[in-house]
Amino acid sequence: MPTSLPAPAISTPAVRDTVNIRRRIRRAFRQIRTETVFKQALVISGLLLVILVLGILLTLITQSVPSIRLLGFRFIWGSTWNPVKDVYGAFPFLLGTLLTSFLALLISIPFSMAIAIFLGDYYPTGWFASLLKNAVELIAAVPSVIYGFWGLAVLVPMVRGLEVRLGMQQPLGVGIFSASLILSIMIIPYAASLGRSMIQMVPGHLKEAAYGLGATRWEMIRHVVLPYTRSGLFAGILLSLGRALGETMAVTMIIGNSSILPKNLFAPGNTMASVIANEFTEADKTVYLSALIELGLALFLVTVVINIIGKKIIDRLTND
Amino acid sequence: MAVDNVRYRIGKSKGFRALTFVFAIACMVPLTAILFFIIRAGITRINWHFLVNIPRPVGEKGGGIANALVGSVIIIALASVIAIPIGILAGIYLSENRTGRLAYWCRLAVDILQGIPSIVIGIIAYFWLVKPLGGFSALSGSAALAIMMLPVIVRSTEETLKMLPPSLKEAAFALGMPFHRVVLKVILPVGISGILSGIMLSIARITGETAPLLFTAFGNPYLTADITAPMQSLPLLIFNYATSPYNDWHDLAWGASMILLLWVLFLNIFTKLISAKWKVQL
Repeated sequence: MPTSLPAPAISTPAVRDTVNIRRRIRRAFRQIRTETVFKQALVISGLLLVILVLGILLTLITQSVPSIRLLGFRFIWGSTWNPVKDVYGAFPFLLGTLLTSFLALLISIPFSMAIAIFLGDYYPTGWFASLLKNAVELIAAVPSVIYGFWGLAVLVPMVRGLEVRLGMQQPLGVGIFSASLILSIMIIPYAASLGRSMIQMVPGHLKEAAYGLGATRWEMIRHVVLPYTRSGLFAGILLSLGRALGETMAVTMIIGNSSILPKNLFAPGNTMASVIANEFTEADKTVYLSALIELGLALFLVTVVINIIGKKIIDRLTND
Repeated sequence: MAVDNVRYRIGKSKGFRALTFVFAIACMVPLTAILFFIIRAGITRINWHFLVNIPRPVGEKGGGIANALVGSVIIIALASVIAIPIGILAGIYLSENRTGRLAYWCRLAVDILQGIPSIVIGIIAYFWLVKPLGGFSALSGSAALAIMMLPVIVRSTEETLKMLPPSLKEAAFALGMPFHRVVLKVILPVGISGILSGIMLSIARITGETAPLLFTAFGNPYLTADITAPMQSLPLLIFNYATSPYNDWHDLAWGASMILLLWVLFLNIFTKLISAKWKVQL
């Protein structure tokens, strides 16, 4: 029985152990290999995000080179935008973006600060507070295209009525003012929720000290809470501003899409984002497309800077 | 005199309190107005016919939004497939590497991604995918939306995993488990609720996004499941039909708006309930 000869040899304890050990070693090596691969996958995915952002920046820059080279600073200060005649002056859009964003910010600040103080100090808990808190978060959740549609159907006729009452020449309803109104609703949550968490972080003993000195509630808020949370509230407002600058759809639907320099707040206009949304697919010339991308690049840089400043302020406040 | 002064101060305090209340509660007005208006305008349009038919040409009554519903589902599913693995892996990376140069840059990249205007992401997807592939496609739309999902998923994964007690991980390491098994079998299962709520929030965020789809998925009046062809999606349909001059199309847009709004609200509220139940901090 030659075939059965090796069998007893393998089953001796020593041989069994070496086989087992060898198997274990192989498994351990396999585990180590998988571990290395896994760790590399983690690093690669982290690296991917960095590359993604750099790629975005690089694409925007390279694609807007024709416009930068051809137009230079005329692009920023020129107030005529006429792609048919190859005249690209983006000043109306810069103005439109700044006007809508800052007007929206101005309208929304009282509301968002009121919510922050209400939820941070007056009523931090309770059913009404949680209702309000969730409602504010839902404001941020509603898609912007729905704000735009609602604005077209409800807000624009209201603004038109206001314009008729003011005795304007052409009561359109659509325009910078309507766009600012809809934007102001949309950006409330960003400043409000950050402001609330900042106000909640004010140490109780500071407040009690103010009360102990005989301050009324308002005086305590005015002289303790607001100074203590000043930079946090500012960061929240910055985040709101960043949102407002980049907001596209609702503004595009309501601002009236006119590339002429707006004469007053009710006039139709265009923002940088809305002009990209409207004209990108129509841009048939290299310079035209490149000019639109340069607008995108400017938008990207401005929002990035604003967001990073806001983020840095928040990080500093929450780490202390 | 002194009493008058005190009375004045107390009155002022009460006045500001009332003012704060009024302003805070006033914020609920536009939200309720929008919810009420969209639901009132949309509810009459929605029926079975509306859900399974594609839009009819102008002038013909009826028609539905089946193409947009199918398109939205496909585009979002594809975006999730791209974004979820990368997002979770990057989130794990950031939670494992609190310091270090790459982690710093990666965190900065996430912050930047979070703030990029959606229209700029549309431009990027146009140059990275639409132009090389030679035409508008659902795939490019998905890629654009995936970029928008990433920061939300990375952040929620990182924040969730950071809050787990280190003893959990140390115990697993002490048993001799290799790193990938510690992560996959111990850390991820414990933090799954937070990661899931992040994923759902990111889906809620991209469902309503229109701007990145304008020059990528582009829209399509017909039903299609071909991801290399232009595809309709709910927000695109709302945008195109809401800005059109035809009443029939407005009706379609109202119905679509209601479906979109309810879906987004459902995702948000559901996420909130999950995170409340499992005490997740987002």
